[in-house]
Amino acid sequence: MAATPGFETRAVHAGASPDPTTGARQTPIFQTTSYVFDDVDHAASLFNLQTFGYIYSRLTNPTVAVLEERVAALEGGRGGTATASGHAAQILALFPLMEPGADFVAATKLYGGSITQFGRTFKKFDWRCTFADFDDPEAVRKAIGPKTKAVFCESLANPGGVVHDLQRIAEIAHGAGIPLIVDNTMATPYLMQPIAHGADLVVHSTTKFLSGHGHAVGGMVVDSGKFDWTKSGKFPTLSEPEPAYHGLKFAETFGDLAFTVHGHAVGLRDLGACQSPMNAFLTLAGIETLALRMDRHCANALAVAQFLEKHPAVSWVSYAGLPSSKYAALAKRYLPKGAGAVFTFGVKGGYEAGVRLVESVQLLSHLANIGDTRSLVIHPASTTHRQLTPEQLKAAGAGPDVVRISVGIETVADIIADLDQALAKSVKKAA
Amino acid sequence: MLGAARRIQGAWRSESEHASPRGARFPTRAGRDATGAGTPMDHASYSDEYLRAILQRVKCFAMVGASTDWNKPSYFAMKYLQKKGYRVIPVNPKAAEAGEEILGERAYPDLKSVPGRFDMVDVFRNSAAAGPITDEAIALAPEKGIGVVWMQLGVSNPEAAARAEAAGLQVVMNRCPKIEYGRLFGELSWGGFNSGIISSKRRPVRRPVAGGNDA
Ligand SMILES: Cc1ncc(COP(=O)(O)O)c(C=O)c1O
Repeated sequence: MAATPGFETRAVHAGASPDPTTGARQTPIFQTTSYVFDDVDHAASLFNLQTFGYIYSRLTNPTVAVLEERVAALEGGRGGTATASGHAAQILALFPLMEPGADFVAATKLYGGSITQFGRTFKKFDWRCTFADFDDPEAVRKAIGPKTKAVFCESLANPGGVVHDLQRIAEIAHGAGIPLIVDNTMATPYLMQPIAHGADLVVHSTTKFLSGHGHAVGGMVVDSGKFDWTKSGKFPTLSEPEPAYHGLKFAETFGDLAFTVHGHAVGLRDLGACQSPMNAFLTLAGIETLALRMDRHCANALAVAQFLEKHPAVSWVSYAGLPSSKYAALAKRYLPKGAGAVFTFGVKGGYEAGVRLVESVQLLSHLANIGDTRSLVIHPASTTHRQLTPEQLKAAGAGPDVVRISVGIETVADIIADLDQALAKSVKKAA
Repeated sequence: MLGAARRIQGAWRSESEHASPRGARFPTRAGRDATGAGTPMDHASYSDEYLRAILQRVKCFAMVGASTDWNKPSYFAMKYLQKKGYRVIPVNPKAAEAGEEILGERAYPDLKSVPGRFDMVDVFRNSAAAGPITDEAIALAPEKGIGVVWMQLGVSNPEAAARAEAAGLQVVMNRCPKIEYGRLFGELSWGGFNSGIISSKRRPVRRPVAGGNDA
């Protein structure tokens, strides 16, 4: 086998050798809360973080650990922390970096739930978020201030079709001595590995393409292991003594493992948003076929996008895989295997037509998710993004006429036929 | 906690000779047994076989820069590796002068004061200090049976490494033996780390280690 096995091999195997006790080849679901200690000294070593091992499943669990290693291996990271959801992953990723009064810079084009989490809910922690237009890297640079602790964007932004110049943005973040965090939910590591482009931390909603079947909510934080947390003095949580561990310094003690050790030993311990072993198991099973599914998702998405672009009831299509997209060049560079399966299009007839379209589909499911084997459709302005102001809606690419589609792996002709009949209805009623 | 750790070391302490038996020499020509004859050692990326062979062959080693502070990285590493069955002899001039023990082991002021034979020198000092420590290890190698110089994570001294390799010693730089042991024998994965290991082979339930207490 090559020194670094291929993506598909890692997707099937990473983290999961046969169970030592039983020889079980599939990863067992370790449905246990806690683990016995050999003796008091073993317990002390575990609590002091002096040895590897399990204490309690809020911190670590053998099934969840396989998922963590699997996703870290796919992203080319040093380690990972699995979380209860993608939103929990975002909190866990920022938690060691932020403090009251600190800020981070995030892209305006983000999943609507993230905009709300960052812009509103984080205010309760006095974590401040400055939104910037990441299409203009200079705007990112200008938004960074003395208390900025991180830069955050999505590799392929939800609700669709947006690709940022990650390498440029990583350079800007690193120039300011802060890490770049990339939400790689929409691209998945099969289409893009942000760490290879300079990202320091990668977050996922594993709820989407990784679990892949619409059956398990979950999240992941992957650390590249490459960011030096001690250099700038901006990250005392990792560089300075931690009172809860008798003054241990995470960066000094754990080197490039520090972020992930902290993610479990403090992040999950105190924020509590751990992933369940059952969900980790389902997500692992999903990841085994990630490469196959993503190829089909992307091929179907391109065909659907081409169909919609020619459709008389559609005013525009924003899919980075189309030559007409303003992000086509960036997509070619960063997403050579395909531009993902989630994108937006505009219906003629605005808000009403959008609502009618999603209510008329028969095969596609009208629901608030993406990255399922099934094709999904939603009208963001009336659902996922409805907390946003009209200006935020526009900035997020979720105006009143916008419909978001997550193209599944069904027979593509059936997906197109269903959209065709639903579009006909959207126009008719609107007229 | 310290008391408990000391108790576990009891079995070791009754032995007078703690290193591998005389004659069990390490292969000369650093890393050539694992990486193929004639290829120079690549210190940027060690093969798993190279590191695994060292960790399996070594039974006793001196840790230069071992700390008496139970919350320091060297203490963590020493405690962990003791539990895996290694005998670890601390080298720490201050602790030696004060007549202190670390994790049940008497501290010595330098390598030449360590009695008996030992297989490896683990350098828990900075990269500059690694130079003279390596030279001391080279000079003592025939008498003490030292076959490996291992420099900790963050510690690297290519010139010293070249001298050691020319003298027939194996060298590892910028790695932690605790992390590498954990990575190669499955435990690092428990913490969600990317071990880089893919295997369809079933691991022993408890890995028997060199002279280990894992019976
Ligand atoms: C890009 C992106 N990031 C984060 C999230 C949040 O993930 P979760 O729903 O698993 O909390 C989502 C999900 O809707 C998403 O699409």
